[in-house]
Amino acid sequence: MTTDLTRLTIHELTGAYRRREATPTRATEEYLARIERLDEQLGAYLTVTNDRALGAAAAADGRYRDGAPLGPLDGVPLAYKDVLCTQGVATTCGSKILEPFVPPYDATVVARLGVAGAVMLGKANMDEFAMGSSTEHSAFKLTRNPWDLTRVPGGSSGGSAAAVAGDLAVASLGTDTGGSVRQPAAFCGVVGVKPTYGRVSRYGLVAFASSLDQVGCLTRDVRDAALLLHAIAGVDPHDATSVDEAVPDYAALLAGGVKGLKLGVPREYFGEGLDPEVEAAVRAAIARLRDLGATVQEISLPTTDYGLAVYYIVAPVEASSNLARYDGVKYGLRAAGGKDLIDMESRTRAAGFGAEVKRRIMLGTYALSAGYYDAYYGRAQKVRTLVRRDFDAAFAHVDLLVAPTTPSVAFKHGDKADPLAMYLNDVFTVPGSLAGLPALSLRCGFNAAGLPIGLQLIGRPFDEARLLRCAYAYEQATDWRSRRPSLETTR
Amino acid sequence: METVIGLEVHAQLRTRSKMFCGCPTTFGAAPNTQTCPVCLGLPGTLPVINRVAIEFGVRTALALNLRVNAGCRFARKHYYYPDMPKNFQISQYEEPLAEDGWLEVDTEAGTRRIGIQRLHLEEDVGKLVHEGTLETAQASLVDYNRAGVPLMETVSRPEIRSPEEAAAYLKAFRAVLVYLGVCDGNMEEGSLRCDANVSLRPRGAPELGTKVEIKNVNSFRNVQRALEFEVQRQAKALAGGERIVQETRLWDADRGYTRSMRSKEYAHDYRYFPEPDLVPLTFEAEFVDAIRRELPELPRARRQRFVADYHVPAYDAAILTQSMALADYYEAAVGEARNAKAVSNWVMSELLHVLPGDDERAIAASPVPPAHLGALVRLIDDGTISGKIAKDVFEKMVRSGEAPGTIVEREGLTQVADTGALEAVIDLVLAGNPKPLEDWKKGKTAAAKALVGLVMKATGGKANPAIVNQLLEAKLPRL
Repeated sequence: MTTDLTRLTIHELTGAYRRREATPTRATEEYLARIERLDEQLGAYLTVTNDRALGAAAAADGRYRDGAPLGPLDGVPLAYKDVLCTQGVATTCGSKILEPFVPPYDATVVARLGVAGAVMLGKANMDEFAMGSSTEHSAFKLTRNPWDLTRVPGGSSGGSAAAVAGDLAVASLGTDTGGSVRQPAAFCGVVGVKPTYGRVSRYGLVAFASSLDQVGCLTRDVRDAALLLHAIAGVDPHDATSVDEAVPDYAALLAGGVKGLKLGVPREYFGEGLDPEVEAAVRAAIARLRDLGATVQEISLPTTDYGLAVYYIVAPVEASSNLARYDGVKYGLRAAGGKDLIDMESRTRAAGFGAEVKRRIMLGTYALSAGYYDAYYGRAQKVRTLVRRDFDAAFAHVDLLVAPTTPSVAFKHGDKADPLAMYLNDVFTVPGSLAGLPALSLRCGFNAAGLPIGLQLIGRPFDEARLLRCAYAYEQATDWRSRRPSLETTR
Repeated sequence: METVIGLEVHAQLRTRSKMFCGCPTTFGAAPNTQTCPVCLGLPGTLPVINRVAIEFGVRTALALNLRVNAGCRFARKHYYYPDMPKNFQISQYEEPLAEDGWLEVDTEAGTRRIGIQRLHLEEDVGKLVHEGTLETAQASLVDYNRAGVPLMETVSRPEIRSPEEAAAYLKAFRAVLVYLGVCDGNMEEGSLRCDANVSLRPRGAPELGTKVEIKNVNSFRNVQRALEFEVQRQAKALAGGERIVQETRLWDADRGYTRSMRSKEYAHDYRYFPEPDLVPLTFEAEFVDAIRRELPELPRARRQRFVADYHVPAYDAAILTQSMALADYYEAAVGEARNAKAVSNWVMSELLHVLPGDDERAIAASPVPPAHLGALVRLIDDGTISGKIAKDVFEKMVRSGEAPGTIVEREGLTQVADTGALEAVIDLVLAGNPKPLEDWKKGKTAAAKALVGLVMKATGGKANPAIVNQLLEAKLPRL
């Protein structure tokens, strides 16, 4: 056999399983071998779960042999961002403070995929506690962009995106708080979906900013995203913020086309700071969608400029609270030499958290302090409501918004040492997060240096089906999918 | 000077599971056996509100005349302490469950209506176990069994005017909670905990003096003692021209004084903000109304009704209405026996001595159901058995669980009221005991009582003493 199973999408791979041209064990072995060969260079994984993966694959083999696979994800090798709890498998959140932490339970999304027969290959690298846009804030290793190893894969789900782009997993789960699925998807040229807040359970997703965090999918094509999202979506009794809203069969709804679809182009997303090559590619994609039958109109989201400011109050406030539990008392790191309880806790947190995490804990603690609440958190929440209203007003006229995912393509390691420069990377993804809207990034071209460019679609709450349908129509009408990073030549 | 006291009471709710997870809430289990990832605050876990705890909160709010807010919201209260797994407590802050109520308290000075500012729900924390004392321990262990148990905090207005009144408030408050079935009221096990705020001001002054918070006053007696001590301490300080420092003081029950824990400068900044993992709750009017309809008669009203309807003394009524289960028991027994005062005596002097307590569980497990106790009183009232025999029958009822009629019949304990049979016994007694007869003849009337006793003894206690008395009174002058 000459087929390289690691190049297939989920639906192609399971098709091969059903036709008995491949088995989950063979696909899993190929992936594990490829990880072994290439991941030292790529740095996508923090933990590789060989034995567990092979065990799950063998079970899936049997089901295909009996002609009774569990569904469209049975035997599919996936990577999970290391912020998702996996029973019996270390979960670090990219932080030394959770070393060691082995969860006694599975995140709901992990459990659901397990029930669907998916094979976990391992845990993907990330910015510490999902705080960052380059995966450079991981306490453990650097992750490289498969399209250019001198560049970042984006973040915080950089390991998840690099694994899919570098063919080290057929698809992966990431999490998105202010763009952490969409931005690395754009940088690595894969499909990244951030569902509506409440669409997917957060139970077992180690919290960064509770009112923003969502689990998302990183895949090779739109159909895979539809399949994976369908498997993880739906209300969960363990997550009071998950919403009991029917989950459509996204894959079955892909083919409707864009004829009559009303697209809005937010004026504020095309201003200063947008890389001209990115702008050209996005505008060309919008033109293509118009050609395919969509109507396009420019709209305005006047509060766009305030998005980052609001985000950098709300997210650190929630983070400062969520991260208070890491104190060396119960699990994870405990620094030695503490004179008393407070000293032990201080030493543990000083040694366990990286600079970016500390920065955000400080920001959040300050913003919540007595006398500052109204000026910071209180006001940020008010502006957040205005951001939401902006989107509501836009969606009264259009069905979807089309915009760039990021202002630029993947940057080089070390290029954004200034935190503010790093934060600006999220300027187009943060507003949708603040409003809890579903959004997606997919490849819409390459710059002259051969780096992928991401197109962002933003939809109404719980309108993931329409988002996916539009993305699918564009993907089918273009040929961007055929280009692959040339990792193998660097072997 | 006028004393101004406000009480904060924390009550553990008697729900089967914890506030935000499914773990059991039973007291006394081996350390850390009643825990799960959620109440251990493990990374990634999320709270889910216990609906029963909310219902208990609403029930209590209605019973204490509070306004149940149309909606409420949980908030995070931050401080670092190892007994709190997340280093924040899920509590309520700006949007509590209920506000503005009152509790009527009967004191020697009359009835006082004490305002209640607010009622909110939160989660309890775990317990630290130190090796040795806190100061000398080399290590401390944490038991998280209690972490996440539902707590209801109720804050009174500063309208309590004396330490006795504070104790009375706490007693009345406890009775209401126990009646509602929302808290077992066990202060020793910490199901009900109290902190007191106290200050002094010149009588009639509009503004409040500087307050001191006293922690760890976990019994009625300690509330009163600690407040008495603190009032005196403050009065002395003020008289000496000192200023009262706003601080938290700890009551040391063994030594009988309060000592400073921390002053205001070290007060925590709790950094409250709305709990983002929980959606705000809204209450439909129907939900609240349904709970209101199910409210039981409360202890004070029931006590007043017992005095009015059953004509029992206020003292009896207070004991009988201590717990709803006991009051229910009493009313069921009275329904059988009619003689309300006699039933009250039996409940107070006999039943409560054999039961381990007066709570629901103790009453439900009573070997003597109310119908049996009522039947026993009826047997006495209709002369079937004597009061003395009844005590023996009661003991047997406790042991066997049988109905009194069954025991009386089987053991032939029915009182002898047959005058013919009794006259024969009396004749035998008189013949065998010439001394008391002689005494009687000499005018010692007390000798008649001795003769009654002898007849009773001869019949094994079964003779009806009143009839024996009558017969002797008729016979003696004729001898």
